[in-house]
Amino acid sequence: MISLTVNQKIYQLDVDPEMPLLWALREVIGLTGTKFGCGVAQCGACVVHLNGEAVRSCVTKCDRANHQAITTIEGLSKNNDHPLQLAWNEENVPQCGYCHSGQIMSAAVLLRENPSPTDQDIDDAMAGNICRCGTYPRIRKAIHLAAKLNGGKGDLK
Amino acid sequence: MEDISRRHFIASATTAGLALWLGLTSEGNLYKALDLASVNFSPFILIEASGQITLFNTKPEIGQGTFQSFPALIAEELEVSLDEVTIKQTNGEYQFGNAQRSGGSASIRNSYLPMRKIGAAAREVLIKAAAKTWNVLESECFAQRGSIIHALTERKLSYGALIQEAAKLDLPENPKLKDPKYFKILGKMSKRPDIPLKTNGSAEFGIDAIVPGMLYAVVYRSPVIGGTLKSFDATEVMKIPGVVKVGTAERIVGVYNYTGVAIIATSYWIANKAKEKLITHWDNNGFDKFNTLDYEAHLRVLAKQAGIVEKSVGNVDDVNLPPNGYLEAFYETPIIAHHALEPLNCTAQVKKDKVEIWTSTQVSSAVTGKGAGDMHVQIGFAPENITLHSLFVGGGFGRRLSMDYIVEAVNVAKLVEQPVKVIWSREDCTQHGPFRPMTFSKLKGGLSAEGKLISFEHKVISPSLQQSRDNSFDPSKVDLAMMEGISEQAYEIPNMRNSYVRADLHIPVSPWRSVTSSTVSFAQESFIDELAYKAKKDPMDFRLELLQKPSDAKKVLLKLKELSQWYTKLPKGSGKGVAVWEFFAGLGGQVVEVTCHKDKTITIDRVIAVIDLGEVVNPDNVINQMEGSVIMGLGAVTKGGINFVNGKVAEHNFYDSPLLRVNEIPKIEVHILTDGGKVKGVGEPGLPPFAPALANAIFAASGKRFRKLPFKLIL
Repeated sequence: MISLTVNQKIYQLDVDPEMPLLWALREVIGLTGTKFGCGVAQCGACVVHLNGEAVRSCVTKCDRANHQAITTIEGLSKNNDHPLQLAWNEENVPQCGYCHSGQIMSAAVLLRENPSPTDQDIDDAMAGNICRCGTYPRIRKAIHLAAKLNGGKGDLK
Repeated sequence: MEDISRRHFIASATTAGLALWLGLTSEGNLYKALDLASVNFSPFILIEASGQITLFNTKPEIGQGTFQSFPALIAEELEVSLDEVTIKQTNGEYQFGNAQRSGGSASIRNSYLPMRKIGAAAREVLIKAAAKTWNVLESECFAQRGSIIHALTERKLSYGALIQEAAKLDLPENPKLKDPKYFKILGKMSKRPDIPLKTNGSAEFGIDAIVPGMLYAVVYRSPVIGGTLKSFDATEVMKIPGVVKVGTAERIVGVYNYTGVAIIATSYWIANKAKEKLITHWDNNGFDKFNTLDYEAHLRVLAKQAGIVEKSVGNVDDVNLPPNGYLEAFYETPIIAHHALEPLNCTAQVKKDKVEIWTSTQVSSAVTGKGAGDMHVQIGFAPENITLHSLFVGGGFGRRLSMDYIVEAVNVAKLVEQPVKVIWSREDCTQHGPFRPMTFSKLKGGLSAEGKLISFEHKVISPSLQQSRDNSFDPSKVDLAMMEGISEQAYEIPNMRNSYVRADLHIPVSPWRSVTSSTVSFAQESFIDELAYKAKKDPMDFRLELLQKPSDAKKVLLKLKELSQWYTKLPKGSGKGVAVWEFFAGLGGQVVEVTCHKDKTITIDRVIAVIDLGEVVNPDNVINQMEGSVIMGLGAVTKGGINFVNGKVAEHNFYDSPLLRVNEIPKIEVHILTDGGKVKGVGEPGLPPFAPALANAIFAASGKRFRKLPFKLIL
């Protein structure tokens, strides 16, 4: 048995401990906001927070997440009002939208660590997240806006 | 918002009580009815007695914004905001017609007037109904936010309260469209209604479909494209806990039929891992000798053939030019993959003679349609027994115009009673096509002594899209899809001959965003630049001299000239390049500025992108599309293609078939031309001008001419 605390709710899962967290979230728990893109930690579509740190859930075994706290895009805020979500809406960032769960989850850790990132900081932190539609200019803008909305504070949940 | 994230809608079964449907007959005439089942027409508006208004979007949302832009055309004329209506995505239901597809940048350019007309007709008939109810003049009534108001008395009736009266009246044949100066939605920057769903995980993409009791499957396909399955041994696979069934499944890609081995399990991860234990034997039919390098050499040999003439103007063989007035060049572009970020997937459940499908597709009505080219032919179900749930599409780019992955999933679902979700791994998506075909171009231009372009020839040497997709293609004819845009440019050249040499290929190919314009524009607009230098003319002036008559292309170039301050000299080592391209989807032009550094690296300082649209729905969305097009174009220039070694694709995943990342993007400025005229597409015209404008800028900065894609930003 694997025990996962996902978005503050505890799930007991009868899965192979080797199973990547991504598939436990999507197929066993039914939280489909976290996306599959490459399966080899190349694209960032599957980023979730494991004890507050951004991890690629496609290569994170359930065993590593056992008894740990996981936050997915569904748990980032209750009302789609995390500063990043507000900024993403304000800047009309997504096109197809598929990568943006991962983009936002990566950006959330960036902003916590660096409340006022420069373009260079954003590039360094977000280069692991692919957007095939090419919404990168807006991702940058939205991260700057979210930083502003948050008043430069570092304690984004 | 909840409603649109669960967009499972069957048209005939949704209304409670009286409802008025308005739309078009198959002949394109305006039509309305109280009962949808009784008549044969496609509704786009549903007004219920409760006042609830629903607008139907028939164009799958692939990131291009039709979930907003298509209903916006109706809402503008109907005098409702998009916040006041429910937008429903159609699912290929027969009722909604055979244009439920997103491709060719066609959604708005084909619907701009028809959809406005439907909205305007609805508004007029509702005004008429209210005037009749109140016994007042129609001219005293106006529509506002879902109600008709009598201006003198301020009496007000909601659209819902008027449907019974409206149903008795004739629809106007030629309703009066709004004067654009009164537009509240069209042409205004606005928020797309699908975006909130895409920031909290609630948007339901094809891959997110959850069907109770479903299993998961992968398909092991011949590593050598074109190989046929001889036998397989799944003994070890069946021992893996969670594996439910192993069987064969056919996949049809255009003219090609492939059989793979499906592994069905309780989880994708189990099924995908089980592939390692599967033993398969293939007859490679000689295709394991296919190598990209050999094929490219073959195309270079084919280039010596005369080819079939696509278009001939004047007579290129009968011009009297100075012998040193001629220039020839050869350009090459690679095969590439689409790499939509949502891996191909499809969930299907077969129940006797019926099949239910959940997927992301660009062509909903082809999945369910009754036509000879529609999917029912390939899966052996009657069209009326196919039910589709058309979900958000995590990137189309032309890949999801093909239905091969849906056909294959239906065949997998035939193996079990449960619903099955077939997911392609990224490696599957990278290696099994269909791909964008490569095009090679042989160009020849002839200049007069005054440096005027008198003759021009563009010969395309490539495999054929049509031949790959259509059994009835006549190989003795030109595949016009491979000559896209070449003869359509506005340049006034007195003698021109464009021709096609078809190369056989056993690899399935398909359109890729902007189709062949994404490759032949690189050749043609780079070569125009080469001719300008040979003529000792400025590349912008040289182009404008070829555009004496007024044209949209000339307008785009003049705008670029102004925005880029074209004649302003850049520092040594820097340079500007320009390109413009017009094709079926639309028209765009770009100026790229680069700097070549001492260490031989090249940086892109800025990209100025102009798109000519005629009319625009949401300018902010167009800017987003153009930024994305430039970035996709830059990726296609610098990131390498798909290469075959011994019949197999050599690339696997994003580590060896990379895409552009945030740290690699240039500064992009977008300008939209909307001075009326022909309405043109948005999704594709931003791509074709980029590669040639970049190559032209590099030449201007360094004197080095790139004639083969991909190339690195290094001299």
